[in-house]
Amino acid sequence: MTINRDAKMPETQSGTEVYSFDPLVVKSHYEIDYIHSYGQDSEFFRALGKKKLMGSKCKKCGYTYATPRGHCMMCGSETEWYQLPNEGRIHTFTTCYFGSEEFLSETPFNLIMVEFDGVDSLFMSRLVGADQEDMKIGMKVKAKFRRNQKFSPTDVYFVPL
Amino acid sequence: MKHKGHNVYMVSGGVTKFAKSTPEMDFRLRVKKAFDYALNDANISLSDIDGSVASYFSDHFQRQLMSGIMVQDYLGLTPKPSKRVEGGGATGGLAFQTGVQEIASGRMDVCAVYGFETMSHVNTWKGNEFIALASDTNFDYPVGGFYTGYYAMMAVRHMHEFGTTVEQLAKVSIKNHGNAIHNPYAQSPAKLTIDDVRNSPMVAYPLTRLDVCTMSDGAAVAILASEEKAFEMSDNPVLIKSIGTGTDTMRLSDRPLGKVTLLPNEKESDYRNLKYPGVHSFRAGRTAAKEAYEGAGITDPLEELDVIELHDAYTSSEIQTYEDLGLCKYGEGGPFIDEGKSELNGKVAVNPSGGLLASGHPVGASGIMQGVFMFWQLQHTIKKHFKDDTLQVKNAKRGLIHSHAGTGTYVTATIMEAVK
Ligand SMILES: [Zn+2]
Repeated sequence: MTINRDAKMPETQSGTEVYSFDPLVVKSHYEIDYIHSYGQDSEFFRALGKKKLMGSKCKKCGYTYATPRGHCMMCGSETEWYQLPNEGRIHTFTTCYFGSEEFLSETPFNLIMVEFDGVDSLFMSRLVGADQEDMKIGMKVKAKFRRNQKFSPTDVYFVPL
Repeated sequence: MKHKGHNVYMVSGGVTKFAKSTPEMDFRLRVKKAFDYALNDANISLSDIDGSVASYFSDHFQRQLMSGIMVQDYLGLTPKPSKRVEGGGATGGLAFQTGVQEIASGRMDVCAVYGFETMSHVNTWKGNEFIALASDTNFDYPVGGFYTGYYAMMAVRHMHEFGTTVEQLAKVSIKNHGNAIHNPYAQSPAKLTIDDVRNSPMVAYPLTRLDVCTMSDGAAVAILASEEKAFEMSDNPVLIKSIGTGTDTMRLSDRPLGKVTLLPNEKESDYRNLKYPGVHSFRAGRTAAKEAYEGAGITDPLEELDVIELHDAYTSSEIQTYEDLGLCKYGEGGPFIDEGKSELNGKVAVNPSGGLLASGHPVGASGIMQGVFMFWQLQHTIKKHFKDDTLQVKNAKRGLIHSHAGTGTYVTATIMEAVK
């Protein structure tokens, strides 16, 4: 038998940050590491390390995607990998002066959608080496690749040609 | 045509005042306040409710899974049936339509649809991060996940394609913030000029702070009922005439460059050189409108709709949506606002409440809030609920509510009609 009427929860040194007492508002922390698989899209990220931008092409209907996707949205068939051109044009653009917390320190940054000759869809990326005023729809841009790969879509980015 | 099911009516509604932060109550109490307002405004008691639908977007804001059941529990609706519906910014519209389906199928006679979001648990930039997790987290989010950035790119392309101007965007902001001056539930009423909008801090070119909606805490409740129950509970219910829903690719990059989905008032020759939807238009919005119009027998929306509450999370998306809804042709959204057609006393009042831009956008509540404001418009009870008659659209007989997610991934359109 272990009944102990004097039992106590241990006291600790840690405390809670309080913003307000009425209503009672406290700080609550949350953090997590994921074991994230890129699954069937893995090749796209691996290829960026070899300075290759890989899209998808439908084996059946031939529709070409500037993004990785294992199956075609037009006909449902399997796609195969194919290498995109390194040069394209700005389809649209913006400069972000604010952003999500994760990217706030990188502001201002440019987002563009790239169109490639002979490819049926677009690719979203960062453009460096130009200010907001410099960017124009139709402007030629060229893909560049990070030396130290992060296995993130930002391993590729674009610069003005 | 699909089976239409039983007639569905809205019999009552309630909304809390949307605000940036209301820590004095949690989401359960906020919904309870909107719910009690709705019950008291019609002859409805708790025991009349057969079941419910819960509408809330993000589990991240509250870091509480199954928030829906906590509301169900707090309202005293257990052990009745309920489910959560979620679809980004369109969560409210989708949940409202799910409530309609519960009645139309004959499963329930009275269904409560409750929506809520508590965004003040994190700061604005963390909130933007949570919202951006509703973009593809492998390919889009890591590039600089920020919804205003995505919408800015769509706006730039719309400007390129059709000649839309930043002044036209600003006019949407002026209209909606101005309408909100007479809406006591609205978060950001303001009398603005084009200079105010353009000189406000640039968020993502061309969208300034006043082109973008705000984070908000809020709740809204809609009570739906079968025909028999509706007329027992109210002498002035509003018919839910039809619903429509569309979808599009998660990534903006994957949007096709094909042909326009035509409405009855358009022909193929209107759009010979337009690559559609591209990133300038919302195919999901057009698809939703098409289904809703077919269900309601609408062939000329501008002539046949009196009032619209649409999802204006950005000024640019209001202009894009005029076109998706067929109020004007693709490309004519800019002139549509210039000509004052969407003003309170224009051809069709768009966002007389102030929309999301000025009412606030507590995501899961927004689509239900539109339903409640539309219900009051069609009941002609705006004066009673707003204590101000200014925003009552004269002769409002038929309205459309429109809810929109992601970069246009889920969009709903619902047609409501006065019966009295
Ligand atoms: Zn195919």
